Parts: sequence; C-alpha cells; structure tokens
Amino acid sequence: MRLLLIACFALLLNACTGPQLRGTGDLGLIIERASGHVTLVNTTARQPYARIGGLGDLSHASAVYSRDGRYAFIFGRDGGLTKIDLLEAKIVKRIIQSGNAIGGSISQDGRIVVAQNYTPGGIKAFDSETLELLSEVPAEFAPGQFSKVVGLADTAGNKFAYALFDGGEIRVTDFSNPRQPTTQKFPAGKQPYDGLVTPDGRYYLAGLFGEDGVAMLDLWQPEKGARKILENYGRGEEKLPVFKMPHLRGWSVAQGKAYLPAIGRHEVLIVDVATWQEVGRIPVRGQPVFVMARPDGRQIWVNFAFPDNGKVDVIDTLAGRVTHRMEPGKAILHMEFAPRGEHVWLSARDDNKVLIYNTENFAKLGEIPAESPSGIFFTSRAVRTGF
Amino acid sequence: MSPSNFIFGLFFLSTVAIAAEPEVARQKELVHLVRQDCGSCHGMTLKGGLGPALLPETLRDKPAEGLAATIYYGRPGTPMPPWKAFLSEAEAAWIVDKLMTEFPE
Repeated sequence: MRLLLIACFALLLNACTGPQLRGTGDLGLIIERASGHVTLVNTTARQPYARIGGLGDLSHASAVYSRDGRYAFIFGRDGGLTKIDLLEAKIVKRIIQSGNAIGGSISQDGRIVVAQNYTPGGIKAFDSETLELLSEVPAEFAPGQFSKVVGLADTAGNKFAYALFDGGEIRVTDFSNPRQPTTQKFPAGKQPYDGLVTPDGRYYLAGLFGEDGVAMLDLWQPEKGARKILENYGRGEEKLPVFKMPHLRGWSVAQGKAYLPAIGRHEVLIVDVATWQEVGRIPVRGQPVFVMARPDGRQIWVNFAFPDNGKVDVIDTLAGRVTHRMEPGKAILHMEFAPRGEHVWLSARDDNKVLIYNTENFAKLGEIPAESPSGIFFTSRAVRTGF
Repeated sequence: MSPSNFIFGLFFLSTVAIAAEPEVARQKELVHLVRQDCGSCHGMTLKGGLGPALLPETLRDKPAEGLAATIYYGRPGTPMPPWKAFLSEAEAAWIVDKLMTEFPE
C-alpha cells in the first residue's frame, strides 16, 4: 500500500514537472495588423499568454484552425501563409504563396488549406501538414484576364465556393482529388465583394457591390445555377458612399433568418432562409461592415465603416430592432464571440486594445493591449463550416 | 463637370497644393487616414487590394490633379467613394503629392 502511495506521488510530481497537458478549446489569437504580430489569448482567463512576430503585412489578415484546434493558419495581405502552434506558441512553418492575398479557408477533412488571392487572381491549395503546394486554380474569366478572388468558403466534400470580383462569377472548386481539382462556374452579378456559406453548408451567398442584391447558389443543387435575392433593395435611391467594404464572413444566420449588410444604406437586411424573401430591414447607425450573430442567434452585433467605426449596434432578434447602442472605442474593426457567446471581444484599432464585454448585460469585463488590433479568431472556429 | 470648371479645378488644386501644406498635426491625421482607412481597400502598405496599388511607380504616369479629384469626388462606377466630407481639396492634393514621392509611415 505504501509503495502504491509512493508510486502515485511520483506520478503526480511527474505531472507537475513534465509538459503541462491542456486542450485548446479556449484559446485564440488577435491579429496586430500594423506590426506583423499575433497575440495568443486564453478566453477563460481573458488574458494574453504569448506574442509572436515576423508574420509580415497583416492588414486584412485572417486565420483558420486545424481540426484539433492546435494550429492556426494565418493568411497575410502580402501573400504570407503562416502556420502557428498555439500550444507551443511558435511558428511551425511560413511561406509566401502569392503577391497579394485576402484570406483563406480549410477543408472539411482538415487536410487542405486554400488561400484566395488578388494577385495573381486565383486560389491555391496547400497540404495543411506541410504547407506543400498541391494545386492552383487561376481565376481566369476571359482569355488572359484574371479576377481578384473574394469570399472563399469551405463546403462539404472538400469543395470550396468563392466569387470573382472582376469576373462576376461564383465558382465551386472540388479538391477531393487535391492535385487535380475541378471547377464549376456560375454567373453571379456585378462585382461580388464577399461571400458566406450558411451554417449547414447548403447555400453560398455572394454580396454584390455593382448592383443591389445578393447572388445565391444552392450547393445541394448547383445545376440550378446562381440566382439573385434581395434584388433592387435600394429601389433606385441614391446610394450613400461606402468607405469600407462590408464583410460577409462569420455567420449571420440566426433563427431561420439571414441578417446581411445593405450596401450604401445604413440598414441591416433580413431574409427568410426558407423562402429567400426579404422580410424586413433594420436601421442602424452607419454602413454595416460585420453583421455577426451571437452563437445562440439571440443577438446580432453590427460594426460600421469609417467614419462611424467607433460605434456598435446590437440587434435583439426577438424584438427585431436595435436594443443596445455603444461607442466602445476608436475604430472597432472586428468582433469575436466566446464559443457559446457569453462574451464578445472587440478590437479597437486606434485605441491599441481589445475590449471584452458581457453580451447579456453589456458590462465591460476587461481589455487586452494590442498594437493596431484587427481580426480576432478563437479556436471554436475549427469545428464550424464557413469559418 | 464642364470643361471650364475642370480647368478651374486643375488650376485650383495645383495652386493650393503648393500654397498650403497642412499643419503637422493634420498631416499625421491624414497619413493615418490613408494608411488605415484607404488601406482597407488599397492595402496598409499601399500595394493594393480590392483597390489598385498607390505606390509611386503605379501612379507615375497619372496626372496629379486627376488623382486628387478622384480622392475628393470619388470615381462613379467603381467602389472609390468621395472623401470630400473628411478633407479639403488642398489636403487631397497633398496626399497625392506624398503618394507620388514617398508616403510617410
């Protein structure tokens, strides 16, 4: 018995002195856009735990996660693709994959990371283990003409949907044979600026800048082609100037309705996901940039383009209107919810900090210093389609 | 814009550019605006994004007055909005001058 106790004690000691085991479900990262750093954070402690530099130009950078939530893949504006180990807090691998990139995505099975590029326009697929280039699909829409790619989203079966800003198309590329991808093309409308896939992975929506409306493709029945929804929501009214393009990344589908930013109008449009008809619009205090549903769908948080980027409006989906307005800081660029939505983290670029709020009573819980923070990405994205 | 207005505009923009350099504090604000807010389309390093690059080599062959007018009035049919609510024509001309030589950090 005594021996057994000693053995147990030794085991405990070992556990203390050896590498500490932990999961990654409550970890995440903050992009510090101006200095090429990321700050790694713990959403339980609500504190940073490491900072990593040398990631290049991170303006408009975004991140996706490996299936195990251990590795982040960060897509920089300069075409850099960096794989970070959140547990060891270090860069595992870094490549420059293009001249000018805008984000990326990871496949359903987690094996393929795909980057979307402005220059040269197209997408590239990489092995998520090694970052070895597997294949590339140029976004050629007319002989010799290549489009900027926007709105890349992962969908079922290692397929990726995206839109061509200059080409006016939605494309779906199938990487089930990653070295020999196949691509389907669908005419979409003028100047798609971003896209999203619904939480179930069925519908791909591309917001249009060059005309009022949203192009929608049913990925379960792609043979039916893309069709337009929310056509002419501006009804010929003169558009307000748009000082920053809205983002459709992040789910804005809640309670059977999609909440989408209007372009050139200070409104959030509500669409019934069963019929794809507009069922309402909610006035807000600026040109919406992110329209993001809290994970339970009860609230929609909206931030705004310059010059209203110090404001945040919160829509209560039950009441169908804005029920909370705040001015949390200077240049609120991004919002990220805790995995189950009890907290929200807001990056205040020009205050050089990230602010943490309780979403139920809007009390401020704390802040984290960060240099020109932009995107905030938690590992809970690892298990969600379209993130 | 009528031709005479356009010529007046050119004259106006080019003279104020030489005449009035913004105050130092305002220069800092304008640099911040260009890098951060123009940067959301043109890139923080001005190498381009959804909007074209704004580097000296990409702007070299374009008339400065036209570029200042694009900043001030926007460019209809493209996503470029007018910035006239946030800066003066002289400030737009100053920004162009800096973009065409070396834009401050």
